[in-house]
Amino acid sequence: MRQVELTAAGLGLCSCHVCGLVLRSDKAYNPAHCPRCHTRVHSRKPNSVSHCSALLIAAYILYIPANLLPIMETSSLFSYREDTIMSGVLHLWETGFWGIAAIVFVASIIVPLFKLLALTLLLVSVQRRSTWWPMQRTRLYRLMELVGRWSMLDIYVVTLLAALVQIRSLATVKAGAGAIAFGAVVVLTMMSAMNFDPRLIWDPLRKEYKL
Amino acid sequence: MSYHTEPLIACRECDLLLREILVSPNGAACCRCCGAPLYRNTPNSLNRTLVLSLTAITLFIIANVYPILGIEIQGTRNVTNLYGAVRFLWNQEMRIISCLVCVTTILVPAIELTMMIYLLLPIRLRRIPPGIALILRILQKIKPWGMIEVFMLGVLVSLVKLTDLSTVIPGVALWALGGLTLLFSAIAASFNPRDVWAHLDRTSSDKVTT
Repeated sequence: MRQVELTAAGLGLCSCHVCGLVLRSDKAYNPAHCPRCHTRVHSRKPNSVSHCSALLIAAYILYIPANLLPIMETSSLFSYREDTIMSGVLHLWETGFWGIAAIVFVASIIVPLFKLLALTLLLVSVQRRSTWWPMQRTRLYRLMELVGRWSMLDIYVVTLLAALVQIRSLATVKAGAGAIAFGAVVVLTMMSAMNFDPRLIWDPLRKEYKL
Repeated sequence: MSYHTEPLIACRECDLLLREILVSPNGAACCRCCGAPLYRNTPNSLNRTLVLSLTAITLFIIANVYPILGIEIQGTRNVTNLYGAVRFLWNQEMRIISCLVCVTTILVPAIELTMMIYLLLPIRLRRIPPGIALILRILQKIKPWGMIEVFMLGVLVSLVKLTDLSTVIPGVALWALGGLTLLFSAIAASFNPRDVWAHLDRTSSDKVTT
């Protein structure tokens, strides 16, 4: 016998996203606020897909300058170089810091790209009410939430180097315009992921059980 | 008010409606459908979190007061601490980045720790601090923006990058940051907001009966 999966929404209930209290929310009784913690309650995050897409599109646009503009300008007595994210990683690799190059490569190139693509996949599949691999898509969402913050790594490195390497005549490091765009990409993808409601992945599968 | 007295919970990730069950100490309940963690049973969660938060705030002050890294090139020394780096970027007209770094490494962790102590210390003394709901809501909202552990990795990457260029002097704050990284993950693992709600429910029902 197949077990009927009862969802809160299917039974006219909804849970408070702050304290977890399960409340009745049907047409007759529709509480605007949770009686325990006074948060606004809603069955699904309101306008999840449109907020999430808007932030994602902004992130895609800024991803271009983030990768093309230099994020760090190093000038020393003999040389001047501008590093974009990728050239910074390559420079680290060439100078023999393979471990660090790998960490920076993962945090600043793989992770943002993974986030953008994963969010696109999730949004498109949710929009099409796809019933395709819900479990894997939920795992993808969790992984994305987990790794997203690590892209800030490069911003911190630039901050520290810029503040430290200020030996007037010998060497100076400045943060470049690319750092702003890159920081914005990280913040926008994080906000986009926060606006995504993973329950939307499961909703199309359960329509048939709706009471 | 329409509280449902039977302990029902809805999975945050797939909305499956489940009945609460007892979980053995240090165990966790997961959703039957999507495997999302639902709740944990952390023994003595609130006291443990309080102790960890008090330790963390001490280390946090050290991490902010003392220098993180210093470099020395041909006799010229330059050291920086967290706030120094933020202020430097601000003066360099990189205001957005400066704000971003300030918020994620100074403001959010500071607010998180103060709120945690404001919340847990009175509970320990069997009092209810005003504005519990608001505090828990803010804590949940700002949690993803505290990035001490990422900053710690950033410090290590900068340290290695700088060894190429100059002599690097690790500062006291570096060790404090290392400790903070561990403490923040310990706080995240031991803090159980459900216990606070349960505490609140208990005391409010006491008030009604007396």
